[in-house]
Amino acid sequence: MLRYALKRLLSLILSLAVASVVIFVVIEIAPGDPASFMLGVNAQADTLAALRAELGLDVSKAERYFNWVGGMLVGDFGTSYTYRTPVSQMIADRMWVSLPLAIYALTLSTLIAFPAGIYAAARRGKPGDVAVMGATQLGIAVPNFWFAMMLVLVFAINLRWFNAGGFAGWENGLWTGLRSLTLPAIALALPQAAILARVMRSALLDILSEDFMRTARAKGLSHRQALWRHGVRNALIPVLTIIGLQFSFLLAGSIIIEQVFYLPGLGRLVFQAISARDLIVVESVVMLLVFAVIMVNFMVDLAYAAVDPRLRSRT
Amino acid sequence: MSLLQIKDLSLTIHGTQILKRINLSIEPGQIVAVTGESGSGKSMTALAVMQLLPNGAEVDGALQLDGQNLLNMPEVERCALRGASIGMVFQEPMTALNPVKTIGDQVMETILIHKAMPPAKARARAEEVLARVGLPTSRYPMTRYPHELSGGQRQRVVIAMAIALRPRLLIADEPTTALDVTTQAQILDLLKGLVSEYGMGLLMITHDLAVVADMADQIVVMRYGEVVETGATEHLLRNMQHPYTRMLFEASGHQVDLPASPEPQPLLEVENVVRDYRLPRKRLFDAPGHHRAVDQVSFTLNRGERLGLVGESGCGKSTLTRAILGLEEVQQGRISLDGQPVFTGHKPNLAVRRKMQVVFQDPYGSFNPRHRVARLITEPFHLLDTPPTGSDRQDRIAEMLTAVGLSPDDAGRYVHEFSGGQRQRIAIARALIIQPELILFDEAVSALDVSVRAQILDLLAELCATYDLTYLFISHDLSVVRTITDKVLVMQDGKIVEQGETEQVFTQPQHPYTRTLIDAAPSLPEIGQGAA
Repeated sequence: MLRYALKRLLSLILSLAVASVVIFVVIEIAPGDPASFMLGVNAQADTLAALRAELGLDVSKAERYFNWVGGMLVGDFGTSYTYRTPVSQMIADRMWVSLPLAIYALTLSTLIAFPAGIYAAARRGKPGDVAVMGATQLGIAVPNFWFAMMLVLVFAINLRWFNAGGFAGWENGLWTGLRSLTLPAIALALPQAAILARVMRSALLDILSEDFMRTARAKGLSHRQALWRHGVRNALIPVLTIIGLQFSFLLAGSIIIEQVFYLPGLGRLVFQAISARDLIVVESVVMLLVFAVIMVNFMVDLAYAAVDPRLRSRT
Repeated sequence: MSLLQIKDLSLTIHGTQILKRINLSIEPGQIVAVTGESGSGKSMTALAVMQLLPNGAEVDGALQLDGQNLLNMPEVERCALRGASIGMVFQEPMTALNPVKTIGDQVMETILIHKAMPPAKARARAEEVLARVGLPTSRYPMTRYPHELSGGQRQRVVIAMAIALRPRLLIADEPTTALDVTTQAQILDLLKGLVSEYGMGLLMITHDLAVVADMADQIVVMRYGEVVETGATEHLLRNMQHPYTRMLFEASGHQVDLPASPEPQPLLEVENVVRDYRLPRKRLFDAPGHHRAVDQVSFTLNRGERLGLVGESGCGKSTLTRAILGLEEVQQGRISLDGQPVFTGHKPNLAVRRKMQVVFQDPYGSFNPRHRVARLITEPFHLLDTPPTGSDRQDRIAEMLTAVGLSPDDAGRYVHEFSGGQRQRIAIARALIIQPELILFDEAVSALDVSVRAQILDLLAELCATYDLTYLFISHDLSVVRTITDKVLVMQDGKIVEQGETEQVFTQPQHPYTRTLIDAAPSLPEIGQGAA
């Protein structure tokens, strides 16, 4: 198990190194000099040079790469070209919104998908299955911003249970923060839950036709006992894969929902930074997202091994 | 009163008649073998007794265990019977166990699910039954997972699960079909021992008549969902009444007449071949280990000769086959066909490759289901520089299909329209169509029913006479190899431990391993004596 974890860790570090190079190169290729962009077209040559020096743009590309990576390792992400504030601070502020939102949405989606998927699989072909599958079909087809607008209409405007948008911050207590994230989390979770429920159902159906399920029944387990004791854990592998993918998506891909609910999240930060040629912010956020994705995959790998003993010994 | 009494049991699944008025009974301590070919309904009989029939099943008649009718029993009570009063052992030990639970947990589950004893006692009982089936916890801790055990060991775990609560009736559905002969002999001994020790009734489902004759007190022969003949083993073997029973036994011991092989003239030469597989590193910076799957193997196959290769699973048979076909490179040694190497540099030699064809075990899995037969059997043409076209191609297809006993009209059909035996004929036609110098049969008749197997063996003998075939026949089935080959190689742990004339090797085995193999294989009794 330890060897397996170390091996995954090594591959994690390598992936990060490769990703950082790729991100740096791609952003360098993009046209536009941040210094001249900031000072406008009429800037004096010496002012431009001074700003370039201040921003650390006057050294060789390789040196800039290592400055950037070295800085990130100690938590220094550089200074935003447009806002002149530390990028690390900007990202940290946004992370306090995006990370809880992603976790919240993923928790909701899992809580909905697991029972729905297991229920449908256990009643394959019966009305319950058909109903659940119909609902998931709808959940996949309807875009999440439409859900978002409907939720706002019903729960914020009519019932007034939640605010229609904005983020109240965590200073006023956990509940206040969670409350302002609830509607966005639901809007994000529903389509994800629909996908996850379908994956859970089909994974479980595959398992139900396995020989060992028949063995379990021959031992005297009822259909339901066999499903829970022998089916669900075996069905988790494909489900975990999807959960990992969904988390990565939720962290960075929630920009539309952030817009709908006026949430100061990572998605909006990247969007603004790209329009303002604030390359250092873009680089840092992208790198951070890559880091998050790779970390999630690492954790999914560990979860695989926890679920399936065959992976522990194989490696 | 019988332990199990099946009276006029009929079964339909979604309207299709599967079983027709089956009658059989089992007494405590008795072994009843149900035999027949695929589709005879023998497995469904077992599942009917377990009441684990697929959806859409409708049962009629009576199924009594100790006088209790299982058919009109509520599901809760059936659950209480399964595992406690009736235990079941399945065919595929590799998949019959849950891969993510330890063997100890799985054996204990049988005990705990029936709340037969408190957990501590259940653990002790699980240890006891695992020891009884030959997996003492000192050597096979209960924390092992199924993937850490071999097929035979897994089957022992399945048996331990089935007998943990000492059921009065044990059902074994082809319990040794997936196992090697030596393992099969051990598992059959274990089952016999358990029956006499616990006084269980054993309902054994098997297609292997040698096993039947060896194990059973009573034999039930089934065909198309009907019992055609039943009786005490001794009596039935001596006085077979039904022609189908007689046909089954005759087909099981089927002998063919091979034409004499010509003057020895080397075709395939294998010299000191070694095939290593890299194993994963044990520690991060250690050099990776190697597993030697084929170890210094040398033999010569002469033109027109039929050579057998026998050995148990994992002995290197398949690896050697792949090496001969040039599918994998060998680490040492030389393989040449007609003097030309099968591997030149690091690439397979196409000039040699086109002189070899192969027929695999699974007659369905080795065909693309979306292609028609004509396209399937002409696949080897891509190996030729100038493949035949037009009417020449049509003629070749027609000739081959006729040669293997099919009709030229079958060229336009798809594989799923054919039975298993017909599919294997198509596979043979595909191998023959470019008239290769050498054909490899990799367990080519192992998946077939005995009567079909006999027909395919006859076909091979015929083809030998017509086309002067040279082949390497790889099989774990000694009786088949004995009749269909002139010479035989016995392989163990990657090495050829014995080779020689087939008859000689079988009658006077020199190597102890060959002797073990031959002794372990159950043999058919002499039949027909005193028969009408």
